[in-house]
Amino acid sequence: MATVLLTIVLSPLLAAVVAGFFGRQIGRSGAHTVTIAGVGLAFGLSAYVLSGLLSGSMLPYNDTVYRWLALNSVGLTMEVGFLVDNLTALMMVVVTFVSLMVHIYTIGYMHDDDGYQRFFSYISLFTFAMLMLVMANNFLQLFFGWEAVGVVSYLLIGFWYKRPTAIFANMKAFIVNRVGDFGFLLGIAAILMYAGSLDYVDVFAQASGMAEAQISLFGSGSWSLLTVACIGLFIGAMGKSAQVPLHVWLPDSMEGPTPISALIHAATMVTAGVFMVARMSPLFELSEAALAFVLVIGATTALFTGLLGLVQTDIKRVVAYSTLSQLGYMTVALGASAYAAGIFHLMTHAFFKALLFLAAGSVIIGLHHEQDMRKMGGLKKYMPVTYWTCLAGSLALIGFPGTAGFFSKDALIEAVHFSEIAGSGYAYYCVLAGVFLTALYSFRMFFLVFHGKERIDEDARHHLHESPWVVTLPLVLLAIPSLLIGWPTIGPLLFGDFFAGAIQVLPQHDVLAEMRADFHGPLGFLLHGLQSPVLALAFAGVVTAWFLYLKNPLLPREIRGRLSWAYTLLSNKYYFDAFNEQVLARGARLLGSGLWHGGDRAVIDGVMVNGSAHAIGRLAGLLRYAQTGYLYHYAFLMVAGLCGLVGWLIW
Amino acid sequence: MVGLTHYLALSGVLFAISLAGIFINRKNMILLLMCIELLLLAVNFNFIAFSRFLGDPGGQVFVFFILTVAASEAAIGLAILVVLFRSKSSIRVDDMNAMKG
Repeated sequence: MATVLLTIVLSPLLAAVVAGFFGRQIGRSGAHTVTIAGVGLAFGLSAYVLSGLLSGSMLPYNDTVYRWLALNSVGLTMEVGFLVDNLTALMMVVVTFVSLMVHIYTIGYMHDDDGYQRFFSYISLFTFAMLMLVMANNFLQLFFGWEAVGVVSYLLIGFWYKRPTAIFANMKAFIVNRVGDFGFLLGIAAILMYAGSLDYVDVFAQASGMAEAQISLFGSGSWSLLTVACIGLFIGAMGKSAQVPLHVWLPDSMEGPTPISALIHAATMVTAGVFMVARMSPLFELSEAALAFVLVIGATTALFTGLLGLVQTDIKRVVAYSTLSQLGYMTVALGASAYAAGIFHLMTHAFFKALLFLAAGSVIIGLHHEQDMRKMGGLKKYMPVTYWTCLAGSLALIGFPGTAGFFSKDALIEAVHFSEIAGSGYAYYCVLAGVFLTALYSFRMFFLVFHGKERIDEDARHHLHESPWVVTLPLVLLAIPSLLIGWPTIGPLLFGDFFAGAIQVLPQHDVLAEMRADFHGPLGFLLHGLQSPVLALAFAGVVTAWFLYLKNPLLPREIRGRLSWAYTLLSNKYYFDAFNEQVLARGARLLGSGLWHGGDRAVIDGVMVNGSAHAIGRLAGLLRYAQTGYLYHYAFLMVAGLCGLVGWLIW
Repeated sequence: MVGLTHYLALSGVLFAISLAGIFINRKNMILLLMCIELLLLAVNFNFIAFSRFLGDPGGQVFVFFILTVAASEAAIGLAILVVLFRSKSSIRVDDMNAMKG
């Protein structure tokens, strides 16, 4: 099995190396052939591993592949190893499938770009890094994958490196992620300090001891070590999974090409934080404080970033804010101890959000890289495949009954409803309000783009046509799971024992177990969901969107005029960016220039280096006055000195 | 009766006068050389007085040596003075401050 796993991980890496270093030799078609072959192989083998684990012909794998370093004096080993159980295998299949779709799509999207081979190399490298992250069996490798996906994300956001906005965005993404990674490292350090091991299994075995251990922070009080470690890890997840207040980088990351927005900034990398918390469930379960923290952050993200989606005019940014909001949903599920629901939503979201991004990309190609929704409208008749697949994605996103998003979102909200962790009441109302908002902004985008009056430029309309098959094929292939994946998977994933052994939930937190009693197959769940307020809210959202953007297109402007303060607040994104730039960035720059002027130039250069030289010079200047050069002064002093000395001797 | 004390006192007075000459004199370097000679003479007086007092002629032999050396020193000093006068056109002591820091 180790060979299979190594092949899964290394084939995208090999493809990335070939496409990256020998791109000129193998040409464009060579680059996409080799990377698609690499990722396709990884997908095939991942599916094989998942089916093997499901059928029982394979057992969960946990072993070291390569020992990198052994510190015998402290008993610490650093290894590369794989932990592949159902959770990991599911993630591997999702990652490689979406990656494969994006690879195919990229052939169409990037076909006239100069950086064609470079792009394929990057996305293949990303697949490698993401697989390393999900397959890790120790914190070191997790951290490696975590940083590696961050680097590739940086490279891809700044893919069009001649655009200043892209450079700004990738710098922002990198720096905000550093803030999160700082917490992540501290969390890992706290775990290592107590457990003395980086291996998941070793650490989980000591979780209960860690929950009792106390640690004193900032010189006062005693904190549960486990809570500190879990919150540290979750701060890392907040950076990577773009939770408030570290969410600011994700909307800006839309500067990158659309395929990577779909792959990295919607479907896979940003869900790494969610996956990590689910993987660490044996730790998080034992700390109610950490769970409550996760819950509140997730709920805040789910509601407030959804609101921002309402005022965006850039088609990709609407989808980006929707991603933020959905990541908030997943985080809420984690906080409510419904890890399985979080991972389930992660999986369905990966399909429909990748679909929505790729559909948005298809629209962008059709309109020759026009992203402003105010210059779209009525595209339905020009791009039927994009239209129908985008409709499928939007329905899944808002949780239309029967779609994948319906099952995952309904189960998730229900789980929050059952949760008794502090903050769950707040979280429940946040996610309920979020449902309405999701429907509103999704269909606002949908109606503005595909329905209504055509506001397209004349010359763009001339060239407007449906995208080539390499673009529409991934759309169709993603639309199928977006609509249907919920039916076969909800039973085993949420209420079965699919995650047994991978995710641990304490009996008193187990909200999914409470729901299990009422679960009678997907159809029963569907019928039950029809009566819930969630559905009513979603329909209300769609109807509101229809009313505002199709029936009375002048009304939104009127509302904006009346509620100008709210519009200003939202269009400035709650002033997070302004705060970060004006207070944090400027403060850091002020501190830096203060230290430069005050510390470096004044103290070190002025006082220490030049100051000592000047002091000696001045002292010497004073002593010069004693050197008159007149012989009789010297002679007088000699005699006076002699007299003094003799006098002292005789005395 | 003139005793050792008188000789020593004379020697001390001579020494003091010549020292004062060195310090106070601001004008003439020749005077400076003369004062140095006088210092040596004052010391010679001590030698002679103690030689006589202790009955040891070694002191008087020493005086001859000192006189010889002083003579050659005076010759060299005057020669330097001539050279100095050529370069500085002055023998004022106040002008001789090349060692000033």
